[in-house]
Amino acid sequence: MDASDSRTVKLTTEQDVVSARQAVRQLCQELGFSLVEQTKTVTAASELARNTVTHGGGGEMRLQVVRNGTRRGVRLTFEDRGPGMPDIEKAMSDGWSSGDGLGMGLSGARRLVNEFEIESQPGEGTRVSIARWK
Amino acid sequence: MERIPILQMGEFLLVTIQVELSDQVALTLQDDLTERIRTTGARGVLIDISALELVDSFIGRMIANIAGMARILDARTVVVGMQPAVAITLVELGLTLTGVHTALNPDRGMQYLRAALAEEVHGHGRLG
Repeated sequence: MDASDSRTVKLTTEQDVVSARQAVRQLCQELGFSLVEQTKTVTAASELARNTVTHGGGGEMRLQVVRNGTRRGVRLTFEDRGPGMPDIEKAMSDGWSSGDGLGMGLSGARRLVNEFEIESQPGEGTRVSIARWK
Repeated sequence: MERIPILQMGEFLLVTIQVELSDQVALTLQDDLTERIRTTGARGVLIDISALELVDSFIGRMIANIAGMARILDARTVVVGMQPAVAITLVELGLTLTGVHTALNPDRGMQYLRAALAEEVHGHGRLG
């Protein structure tokens, strides 16, 4: 994969969440994702981008086109330098919420994509990486 | 700031969401709508989301909140026109919008509101 396939969107304000959704939708459309695939990917991105802004104190989203043989997909990486999560397993469970959400953000986002990785260190930040293949 | 217009039609309030919903716009709609229910005494709220390409957990919660708040203020809410891709995504996300009445299109939504209102009036024995 070459560098031109990667770009970032800053995630500082709540309005940036909207920009992130639009960037992800555009990329999904360029790759020829179906409407359902687009909607799932954009919705997962929306959940994670909001987490970065509200729980992570801001950060950024990196968008990449990934290839596996003839298959293409998108990889989205959300990174912040916020307080991190002491218990990832708990944070990943349905209904768990640290804030004012429904507690479906992380666990729900995972169900909407093909690949989901999360790393978090208390006091250092959180990185979530997702991929959806066409 | 962007605001979503709320139209009054008889006893009902109509909302068509035509813009990409940011969290702030969604929260403002929640406040505006409850205030309008109070000032107009509306008995029903129809929210058309046919132009909405995404409903995530925040927007879903806002919709459920509106329905719950409206109910306490003596008004029914119906959400109409959800795109199939949005419905599929919502269910996989784990949101079922419990307590929110939905209809396929505005016509059926209005039918529901009128029927719910008639039943309520009847149930209270005012017309019965």
